[in-house]
Amino acid sequence: MVEFNLPANSKVGVGKTINAANGAKRAKTFKIYRWSPDDGQNPRVDTYVVDLDKFGPMILDAIIYIKNNIDSTLTFRRSCREGICGSCAMNIDGTNTLACLKAIEDVKGDVKIYPLPHMPVVKDLVPDLKHIYAQLASIKPWLQSQSPAPSRERLQSPEDRAKLDGLYECILCFCCSTSCPSYWWNGDRYLGPSILLQAYRWIVDSRDEMTGERLDNLEDPFRLYRCHTIMNCTKACPKGLNPAKAIAEIKKLMVVRR
Amino acid sequence: MANGSGRPLSPHLQVYKLPRTAILSITHRITGVGLAVGTLLLTWWLVAAATSPAAFERAQHFIGSFFGLLLMFGWSLALYYHLCNGVRHLVWDAGKSFELSEAERGNQIVVIAAAVLTVLTWIIGLIAW
Repeated sequence: MVEFNLPANSKVGVGKTINAANGAKRAKTFKIYRWSPDDGQNPRVDTYVVDLDKFGPMILDAIIYIKNNIDSTLTFRRSCREGICGSCAMNIDGTNTLACLKAIEDVKGDVKIYPLPHMPVVKDLVPDLKHIYAQLASIKPWLQSQSPAPSRERLQSPEDRAKLDGLYECILCFCCSTSCPSYWWNGDRYLGPSILLQAYRWIVDSRDEMTGERLDNLEDPFRLYRCHTIMNCTKACPKGLNPAKAIAEIKKLMVVRR
Repeated sequence: MANGSGRPLSPHLQVYKLPRTAILSITHRITGVGLAVGTLLLTWWLVAAATSPAAFERAQHFIGSFFGLLLMFGWSLALYYHLCNGVRHLVWDAGKSFELSEAERGNQIVVIAAAVLTVLTWIIGLIAW
């Protein structure tokens, strides 16, 4: 359902301000969304003023610095710090991206950080991904075949292999799905750009033998066709992939097979 | 998303900086609704023409008034925008023009074409009036 306003328990208040930039040559203000499941209060935005000369150039460097040195309760996911694990996806300066790939100097003014949009919050910048993982499982993201297993690898021509480029690189950070207004309003049934890109990755794989069944599963007014080509997904993808195009290719296949 | 866990919903429209493609997309929907409402005006005009000369005269008078012309201008702009962006959706349905640079150029083409067609229509319309 389209619900423009946040529910009463989700309205964001103003939190505390901590100035940790005494004598800093380059001070920068970070405004970070906070919510704890333990105190029964609404979410708030805490403000941290920090010295940019104390840590590395990326947003992730800044929030790790804040957690280690200023406020150890600040909670977020991170792992690889080089854009390959997809853990530190969050909304930075109004756009979904990976904190480890976003340079602080690319943000003009105060740095505003929120969790991925329109998701249940577990704590601070950590969204609950249970539902979207279930959606991923629903498209069976693995190779399915009916023919007997060959005695060696299933071979693929270089041309067929090239069709997977721009798809296999997806790291499931869900920056795209949580940037999509259609997914915001209909995420209970619409699969969203990330899951549909994954679906197309298996549909277009020459070694997969369940193409028809995969398309059957998507032939649905909600699962596939809530995509209205808003293109927030492609704009947000930190890996430079194009979920909007992958979805369009699925829609084309639906027409072709009629 | 529904969740019975007592967890808050993270901010969405409140914090997201919508890209231009998203602005044009929501404008497509708004102009679509506007066109449906504007059709009431057209219907009234046709019904009036079928009712009596006096009723038609009243409809003509209203549409020719400043407020009527303003409504007609908005309706024509909505029509051309919706038409141009509709053609763009056909291109997208063919699987083309999905690169971000192409989408950006598409934004410009749709907005400029809608503005030019509207102005052209009104120049021709006002000369013929």
